[in-house]
Formats: sequence, structure tokens, C-alpha cells
Amino acid sequence: MSSIAQKSGFGATVWDFMTTVDHKKIAILYLAAGGFFFLLGGIEAMIIRIQLFVPDSGFVSAGLFNEMLTMHGVTMIFLAAMPILIGFMNLVMPLQIGARDVAFPFLNSLGFWLFFFGGLLLNLSWFLGGAPDAGWTSYASLSLNSQTHGIDFYALGLQISGFGTLMGGINFLVTIINMRAPGMTYMRMPMFTWTTFVASALILFAFPPLTVGLFLLTFDRMFGANFFNVAAGGNTIIWEHFFWIFGHPEVYILILPAFGLFSEIFSTFSRKRLFGYSSMVFATVLIGFLGFMVWAHHMFTVGLGNIANAIFAVASFAIGVPTGIKIFNWLFTMWGGNIKFTTPMLYAAAFIPSFVMGGVTGIMVATAPADYQFHDTYFVVAHFHYVIVGGVVLAILAATHFYWPKAFGTMLNETLGKITFVLFVVGFHLTFFIQHFLGLMGMPRRIATYLPGQGLDTGNLISSIGAILMALGVIVLLINIVMTSVKNVKVGNDPWGDGRTLEWALPSPPPFYNFKQLPFVRGIDTYWIEKMEGREGITPAEPLGDIHMPNGSILPVFISFGFFVAAFGCIYRTEQPWGLAVLIIGLVIAFGSMLLRSLKDDHGFHIPKSELMSDKDKGVRA
Amino acid sequence: MKEGFKLTMKQWLQKGRLLSVFAILALVLSGCGKPYLSALQPAGEVAKQQYDLIMFSLGIMTLVIVVVCVIFVLVIVRFRRTKENEHKIPKQVEGSHTLEIVWTIIPIVLLLILAVPTVAVTFSQGDVSAMDEKDEDGNPTALIVNVRAHLYWWEFEYPGLGIVTSQDLVIPTEERVYFNLTSADIKHSFWIPPLGGKLDTNPDNINKFFLSVDQDKASKAGQIFYGKCAELCGPSHAYMDFKVKALPKNEFDQWVSDMKNAKAPTPSTEVARKGEEIFNNSCLQCHAIDPSNEAPAATRVAPNLANFAEREKIAGILDHNEEELKRWIRESDTIKPGNKMPVFSKDQISDDDLNALAAYLMELKVQKK
Repeated sequence: MSSIAQKSGFGATVWDFMTTVDHKKIAILYLAAGGFFFLLGGIEAMIIRIQLFVPDSGFVSAGLFNEMLTMHGVTMIFLAAMPILIGFMNLVMPLQIGARDVAFPFLNSLGFWLFFFGGLLLNLSWFLGGAPDAGWTSYASLSLNSQTHGIDFYALGLQISGFGTLMGGINFLVTIINMRAPGMTYMRMPMFTWTTFVASALILFAFPPLTVGLFLLTFDRMFGANFFNVAAGGNTIIWEHFFWIFGHPEVYILILPAFGLFSEIFSTFSRKRLFGYSSMVFATVLIGFLGFMVWAHHMFTVGLGNIANAIFAVASFAIGVPTGIKIFNWLFTMWGGNIKFTTPMLYAAAFIPSFVMGGVTGIMVATAPADYQFHDTYFVVAHFHYVIVGGVVLAILAATHFYWPKAFGTMLNETLGKITFVLFVVGFHLTFFIQHFLGLMGMPRRIATYLPGQGLDTGNLISSIGAILMALGVIVLLINIVMTSVKNVKVGNDPWGDGRTLEWALPSPPPFYNFKQLPFVRGIDTYWIEKMEGREGITPAEPLGDIHMPNGSILPVFISFGFFVAAFGCIYRTEQPWGLAVLIIGLVIAFGSMLLRSLKDDHGFHIPKSELMSDKDKGVRA
Repeated sequence: MKEGFKLTMKQWLQKGRLLSVFAILALVLSGCGKPYLSALQPAGEVAKQQYDLIMFSLGIMTLVIVVVCVIFVLVIVRFRRTKENEHKIPKQVEGSHTLEIVWTIIPIVLLLILAVPTVAVTFSQGDVSAMDEKDEDGNPTALIVNVRAHLYWWEFEYPGLGIVTSQDLVIPTEERVYFNLTSADIKHSFWIPPLGGKLDTNPDNINKFFLSVDQDKASKAGQIFYGKCAELCGPSHAYMDFKVKALPKNEFDQWVSDMKNAKAPTPSTEVARKGEEIFNNSCLQCHAIDPSNEAPAATRVAPNLANFAEREKIAGILDHNEEELKRWIRESDTIKPGNKMPVFSKDQISDDDLNALAAYLMELKVQKK
């Protein structure tokens, strides 16, 4: 294994990444693919803002605009934010709990490739007659009425990538339940591991409704079923329920890991343990639980009736309480601390007021009768961007700087990092703050243009200028990444100097087996405890011995590729003579690869003790 | 219910705590937008209640933001790492039960306070029992309008009055107007920001609610309010506008009687007479010019044009003049992409015929003035 990894050359590297089952390399794949889709989604956002720069603009046609806004939402949620967070979970969580890999390394790789081919499928729709154009929510009456194949790409692309996400969620759950190092009790787990745990549970329960909804939509569009066809006794509101029973927990699938990342950053750079750790855990679990009880607040104007609206309004208020607990715990983590404003810490600091803004407007939109005004306007656009950009994207940017050394062994440039921070955060507030007012002044969301003289011109102009600043910030980040990679200055295990959890006890990047000896965990912030007692490494929990590791495999790529091929057959089945054949070929590739995996026993391999002992240069003490 | 809402508001206001924040916010925000489009300039009972609720929740939320920001600024200023304390290890505090209880209880109390008017207004604004009240003759006592949304236009039927119109909704001021909302094709959403929040027009069912307009606010907005489709419904979602004419009761009654008594229009000029012929040959299959609602709803596939010449806009968005009208007939597919009206090329309607058609349409009035 290690000898294969040492083969140099581009081809060998590509092959290594295609076959890897190492959680750290899969993390890099997730970050790279997610980062790529983030740029695509960003370009789509820029096209939206350029179109709305001035009234009555003809930069893009109304139909293309709808494709842009749909793909912006779908890409950012499913192909950027979630995969990048899953990337960080993959990178950090096994290290934090003192594990050598996730519970199912093969599934981990399969999860990535399914996501990747699903995302690829979705984006190929741009070149094959048109992207989906019914919004990321794809409400049934509109999506069934859509003329191009865009919606079919949406349904199948999300289905394939959704399976990948579901596998990731199950994998993380099993990993956290079973593979914690000796002494790592649940209540000693780092906060990011906790949020990974809860978010994974949310994935487990939230994705099946989406899967079902997408299947019904697929059947309606491709096989003439009538689940959502009102004329044939179907019902379109059922889709809305399916979508939001998934869609609301999805928000927490995104924001909880972001909370976890910020918890690590606050405590690291304040040099203090997380204030109110137990109540933070409690609040995380409670948010995850309540997240399933509030989906109908996205549907206040559907006409569900007074009782439903009242109940869901009050239930949604309830989520404000655990979220508030978290905000104050973070503030008091910093209180009395010794705060160093590194780039990640700057993001964490900016996150507090930004996210509180998004949180309080969340309570406002949960106020049902007020939401009759807010709903489907730019107020809501402002609200959820404050939550998702002000929460999730800031967390992703913070974690990119924070964990870059752990993934790549180099540090991103702090000056450029701070320039990105300023551009992005200023741009973000400039873009979205004004949108609250635009919404209340009568601007519905998802409109391709607005007419002059309705009082909406200035606000949109300001908003578009802000978007340009955000784009500049991202460009500076890209420059930073390229410069850092070219310079390639390696750093040690704890480059920030204030690391507290197990991952900072390992070299950057860690060896592929992570821990030579499994660590013995003696409390919250294990590495901090050891540091304070003057030790350099972590007390081991076992004598040095052979390590059992899984073999790499190319099969996940084939399985995912098979489904990708089958999707084309499914979409073109009725129009093209080759459709059915392609569908069958795709399924044969996918299920054939699965069969191969089942029939061929793979027991992995052992790293002999002798090799570990000679690995002194890696400096793995634990 | 309404009293309950006002009472809590009053209690809060009397405490004086929110008063200043509230007043400043209201002052700043009420200047925002145009009176015919902005939810921040409510023009009726429903919109006013929602506006008050928005301001009330915004007041509480501003309080929260201020508290968080004060602590936040204090923390990041006071506890920065400096050269002197660079190596200091702070005390590792586990938490504080007292503090944690405080910041759990206070939000709960704040949210309970907000929950009272929320629930009260949800029920009071959702109360459409008046739609079932009948007078001695069995006619509904309230004014009811059936709204049917289409790709991308609006039909307004007054079932109690036996008339139907499109694009321009005409309603009386100073009374509750009740709506039955549905869609003829896909989901849309019916929204007139200054009059109140939106309600979806689903293809599945009929949604009911009411709105009302104050006369003085209507006068301020020039009697006209802008309505919008608020649910993404395809390429022309942004163009699915309609107008609301809010008239004093007597003018509204006059309009109704004019609509009821409208006779088949008699073109006044030779050109218009030619236009009528073209209309009957090319347009009448879809567009009715008789304002009665006798034809079943399913057959009303295009906007009723009975009072076309008295409308505010053409197709909901274009200026109301002959040039724009002719442009619309020639290029409706580029002006409102995805709409169901066929495009009429020069082969189908020559330029001369188009002039005649436009002249005819511009004479379609029910009110003689």
C-alpha cells in the first residue's frame, strides 16, 4: 500500500485517488469536487445578480434565468455545501475519535463516487437541452409542466448523489458508535464529532422522504404515473410535504456541522474549553429532533389551515431556544479567554452577528401571519442566505483555513486569508441585508427581472455590487490556494499552536493508518490535557502491533458509473432507440460490479509491526 | 382574539422597553417602497395586522440582536491576545448553570410572548365563516371573488354578481372582500403586498381568505395597487402581474351595474368595425367580450376582454396604448415567454388588419364616460 502511494507521476496519483478507501484522501476528493461545484454555483449566482443589476435587463432570458436559479440552489445545497462538510467530517472525525478509518471504507468511497457522478449528471443537463428550471424545490405542478429534460436530470442526479449521501451518513453513525478509541466516551467527544453524529442521524431519517419523492417524480415524468397529476386524482401538495420533510432537516444537516466546526475554532483560538459542553450537546440533539417537527413552516401559504399553521409556527419558535443556548455558549467560551484572531477565528467571530441576524429573521418568518407577507419574497431569500452563507459558508471558509494543514501539510497564507475574509463578509452583508427590505417592498423571489419605477432599483443595484465583492473574495482564496501549494512549506502536527483535540496530535498530514497505537483518551480535549501535563504525544492504549488496513478498490467508480449510464437510458428511453439498451447496460455495470464485490473476498492487509517501528521519520509517537 | 393581540402589544408598549426601538423601526421602515406595492405601507386591516406583527417581532428580535452584539463586542475587545499575555493559559471554565438557565428561560419567555399574537392573528385572519352567511334570498352577504390563476394571467369572477373580468381586480374599499383561490393549470400565488399576505392558488383545492382596503390609503396610492404572482410558475413568473382597483362603495356598485348591463359593443368607426370582424374570426374562440359568467370556468381559457379598454396595463405589464397592444399581438411569446396565446404574424393578420383590431379593442368599454 505505502509502496504504491510512493509511486509518482500524474497517472499513478489519479489511480490512487480513484481506488482509495482512505478517509483522508476521500476527504480531499470531497473537498475538491465540492469546491469545484461551489465555483459553478457561484458563477450561477453571479449571472443571477448581473441579470438583476438593473431593471428590465436582458442579460439572460427568463427561461435561462430559471435554470440558473434552480441550478444555483441545487448545486450549492447538494453539490457544494453538503459534500464539503462531508469532506471535513471525513477528514477530521475519525482523527478526533482516535480511529484508523471509518467503519466502512469501501462504502465511503462508493458514497463519494455516487455523489460525484450524480452531480456530473445534473450539470450535463446544461449541454443536453437545458438544465432543470423549477427551482431547487421543484414543486410538482411546475416540474411536471417543464418541457425540457432538465427535471429528469434533477430527479436522477439527486437520486444518485442522494444515495451517496445516505451511505455517508450511515457510515459516520456506525463509525462514531463503534470506533471510538478507549476512553472516548460519548460525553468526551469533540463538538464537531457530536454534530457529525447528529447530522448523520438527520441524513438517515431525512433522505428517505426525498428518495421517495424523487422516485414518484421520476415515475410521473418518465413512466406516465399520475402521483402528482391532479386531473388523474393525484395531488401536488404531497410533493411539497415530501420535499420539506426532507428539506427542513437538510438545513440542520448543513448548519449543525458548521456549528461543530465553529465550536472547535472558538475553543482553540480562545485557548479555553467549550463553555457549557453538556448543554451544547443537548442543544445539538434537540435541534436535530425539533428539525423534523417544523417542515410545514415552509408551507404557511399553501392553505393547510389555521390549526396546522399555528402549531407549526410555535414549534418553529421552539428551535430558537437551543440555538440561542449555542450562541451564548460560544460567547462565553470566548469570555475570559485569550483570543487570537487568525483567519479561521475571524470567520468564527463574523459568524456570530451574521448568524444571529439569520436566526432572528427565522423567528420572524415562523410567525405565520407575518410570513404570509414574507413568504416567497426576497425577505426569505435574505433570511436563508444569512443562515446558509452567514452560517454554513463562513464555517466552510473558516474550516478550509483551519484544517488545510491537517489535509495537506501546508498553511494557507494568513494575509491573503484576511483579505478574502474582509471582501467576502463585507460583500455578503451588502448583498443580502438590503434584500430583507426588497422583499417587504414587494419583490417576489425567483423573478427573472423587475420593471423600473416600482421602487426596487436601488436595492438590487446594491445587492449586485455586494455579490461582486464576494466573488473577489473567492478569487483571492483561489490565488491563496495555488500560492500555498506551489510554495509547499510543510508544517508540524499542531501548526496553530493551540490545538486541543486528537487530530492535532498527529502529523500533518497524518500517516494513512492515522494512529500507530490507538490513543488512550482521558477527558475532553485529550491533546490539550496531555500538553498541559508536559507530554508531547498521546498516552497509547495498546502496545505496538500489526495494523489491519483495508485494500483500495476501483469498484465504487464502476458502480457509480453504471448508475450514471443507466440514468441516460432512463431519460431518453422513450425518445431514442438506444435508450433501453443503455439503461440495461448501465444497470449491468452497476449490479455486476456489486456482485463482483460480494463474491470476491477481500480481507485487507496488515502493516507489520517492524515497518511501523522503522517509520520513525513520520514522528508518530502515539 | 383581536383584543388579545392589542392587549399584549399594549402591555409591552406600556413597559416602555420596546417603545423607542419600535417607534424608530416603524418610522424608518414605513418610508420604504411604493404605496401601491410595499408591504411596509399597509393599506387595509389584514395588512396592518401583519405589519404590526412584523414590527412587534422585529422589536423583540432587535432586543436579542442588541444583547448579543453588546456581549460580542465586549468579548472580542477585552479578551484579545496581546504581546503581554501571549503565553497566558486562561482558566478552563466548564460552564455555569445559572447563566445557562438564564439564557434558556429568557428566550422561552420572549417566544411565548410572541406566540400569543401569532396564534391569535392566525385564527382571526383564517376565519372565513362569513363566506357562508346568507341573506333572506339565500345570497351570500359578503362580497366574494373567485380567483383563477392561469399561465400567466388572472381571472376574477364575482359569483354573486354574475360577472367575470381579468387582470384588473375591482373591489370596494372599507369592507372585507372574500376570495376563493384556485389555479387552472399549475401552482401560482396571489399576493397584493399593501393589502395583505399571499395565499397560494393550488390546482388541487380552493383556498379562502379575505382582504380589505382603507379608503384613505387607497386614495394615497391613486386607487391602484399592484398584485404579483409569488410562486415560481415558469419563464414568465416575473411578468404575472395584475392590478387592483379599489373604489369607494358607490363607484364599485356603479361599475358592477355597468358590467351587468354591458351590451355587445358597437364599433364607432369604420376601422373599428373591420377590427370587430377580425376579432370575431381570430380571437373570439378564446377571448370572450361578454362580461357575464355564464360560460363554465373550464371554457374560459383566455382573459375576458369585456372592459379591455378600461384596464391599467396590457397583459399585466405593458403600457396601455395601441402601439404596445399591437406589439403584444405580434410578439407575445417574447414579451411573456411560455404564455399560451399564439403569436399572430403578418401572414395571419396584416398590418392594416392589426391597426383595425387594435382600434376595436381600444373601444371595449363597459363604463360610458
